[in-house]
Amino acid sequence: MQYQSQAVAKPYFIAAIALFTGQILFGLIMGMQYVVGDFLFPEIPFNVARMVHTNLLIVWLLFGFMGAAYYMVPEESETELFSPRLAIALFWIFLVAGAATVLGYLFVPYATLAQMTGNDLLATMGREFLEQPLPTKLGIVVVALAFLFNITMTVLKGRKTAISTVLLLGLWGLAIFFLFSFYNPHNLVKDKYYWWWVVHLWVEGVWELILGSLLAFVLIKVTGVDREVIEKWLYVIITLTLVTGIIGTGHHYYWIGAPEYWQWWGSVFSALEPIPFFAMTVFAFNMVNRRRREHPNKAAVLWALGTGVMAFLGAGVWGFLHTLAPVNYYTHGSQITAAHGHMAFYGAYVMVVLTLISYAMPIIRGRAANSNKAQVLEMWSFWLMTIAMVFITLFLTAAGILQVWLQRVSDTPMGFMATQDQVVLFYWMREWAGLMFLVGLVTYIVSFFVKGEDSAATQ
Amino acid sequence: MTSQALILPDTPPQRLAGDLAIWFFIGAELVAFAAFFGAYAFTRASHVAEFNLAQQGLNRDAGAVNTLLLLTASAFVVRAVQGALAGRARADAVWLLAAIVCGIGFLGVKGVEYAAAFDQGISLSSSTFHMFYLSLTFFHFMHVILGLVILVVLWAGMRAGRYGPQDMNGLESGAAYWHMVDLVWLILFPLVYVIH
Repeated sequence: MQYQSQAVAKPYFIAAIALFTGQILFGLIMGMQYVVGDFLFPEIPFNVARMVHTNLLIVWLLFGFMGAAYYMVPEESETELFSPRLAIALFWIFLVAGAATVLGYLFVPYATLAQMTGNDLLATMGREFLEQPLPTKLGIVVVALAFLFNITMTVLKGRKTAISTVLLLGLWGLAIFFLFSFYNPHNLVKDKYYWWWVVHLWVEGVWELILGSLLAFVLIKVTGVDREVIEKWLYVIITLTLVTGIIGTGHHYYWIGAPEYWQWWGSVFSALEPIPFFAMTVFAFNMVNRRRREHPNKAAVLWALGTGVMAFLGAGVWGFLHTLAPVNYYTHGSQITAAHGHMAFYGAYVMVVLTLISYAMPIIRGRAANSNKAQVLEMWSFWLMTIAMVFITLFLTAAGILQVWLQRVSDTPMGFMATQDQVVLFYWMREWAGLMFLVGLVTYIVSFFVKGEDSAATQ
Repeated sequence: MTSQALILPDTPPQRLAGDLAIWFFIGAELVAFAAFFGAYAFTRASHVAEFNLAQQGLNRDAGAVNTLLLLTASAFVVRAVQGALAGRARADAVWLLAAIVCGIGFLGVKGVEYAAAFDQGISLSSSTFHMFYLSLTFFHFMHVILGLVILVVLWAGMRAGRYGPQDMNGLESGAAYWHMVDLVWLILFPLVYVIH
């Protein structure tokens, strides 16, 4: 580790993996409820399990992004972190607030929770992914601002690189667009319109900048390719991302009451969103092929390459499947969306955070890479989780196609619940694939505890 | 019979004009415009009469003037690149300035066209044709602005003597982008203004 303060990333990474585990457990509970409707009812109703599953995902990825930034920025800026103590304090505040929110979801009826937390003062709750009570939302803003202050001050006092600039742009964008979660107009069209400014402009906008920056950082480290070459690709990728992603927001505006031209704008620009992901894959493989050194951390290289491929498949290809307005007319809100959501989040954001953890954790723990034995286990976990996710996606896609056919295309369309009964086989297969994912995750966690001979000294 | 040695002409190795990254970017831009052009053609096929009628309202003279302006700007950019390649970057920077003036002229003409259209109450929602007309031309308009920003940077670089026979990468990359902006207009103009 080049700078002592990079070590503050460690608790962030540990918390991220712990919450990741929670997310998967709740995913399995929900997956079971798809086929056994009263599973764990009334203790954990479906809507609560879903809320915990999706909210934990967001929170652990945020932990991962923050940990990654704390690790990367001192090294990129060639200076110690502005305030390591602030970083640790924010860690505990964020963790306690996150845990309290999840406990609130689990043990207090949602309407009561809303009453208790001042939702009548400023109503922000009750919207998908933005279910957090007002104090949690305010807490997120405070933590995000203090975090950005810490990171920005570090960049300002040190070396400025393209990678840290793109990272800052992404992180500031993340904080700014979250502010739209406080805007909750009575008009449902406007409500949905601006809701996407958080949801879409996060995952198909500013988060992609964070993704590009994290990937570029790890690629420089593990390949030894000139920074100049990697930065040039990063610029091309983020420009394409922003142009296609920002206007591509239109693919959510087709039938919510927004003007009709969004069907064209949304279709054309979102259809191009796979391009930056494709560029990212080409970029990752190209850099690894041109590598000037054999980095001992093979697992990190595998995660980096996997991110490129899976992000392209999940976000790019599976997004394209249902992004054109005439197709989306039928597939909107079906299991096709769920298939895309699963693989896109895994391929793009889960994998890039795991890439950075895989690269940084051994160094934080005092070695350039883990022992061969630990790496082999980690690579097993890579394949188990990735293949399980491919299966989850394929089964959900099959369920989605059947669902759309029976419920929406057929001359004698079936009702929603009757259709669900017809696709139950695919839900069972998805649940088994989910168990395989859990096995992969457990393998991943075990790999941190496997000893064996350390490779090389720290670099 | 005596064997004859094969004599190869002394050609320099093939060199890509401009950076590979800019070509990738130009490729993506062309795909974006192609998608829009394709959508236009596809939609027009089922609304021919409506499109033809709405097309009558466009100012074809303004479009023709703008075509001339962009073509002239591209020619000036070529002169500037040739000048830099011959080692006359500082002296030939003025060609880029001339290209910039043409580009600004394009924005001015287009601005007058837009003002007239908005006066008539034309908007993205007034008809399918106008949705395409405004979308395509405005998307291109934004590209002209970006192209001009690039030309201004290149102009400053040439005046500072940053480019020469040994270092053409930045200049050629920026010039290639400008030619792309020009090329797109050469398809857009006949497609939207003329063909009926």
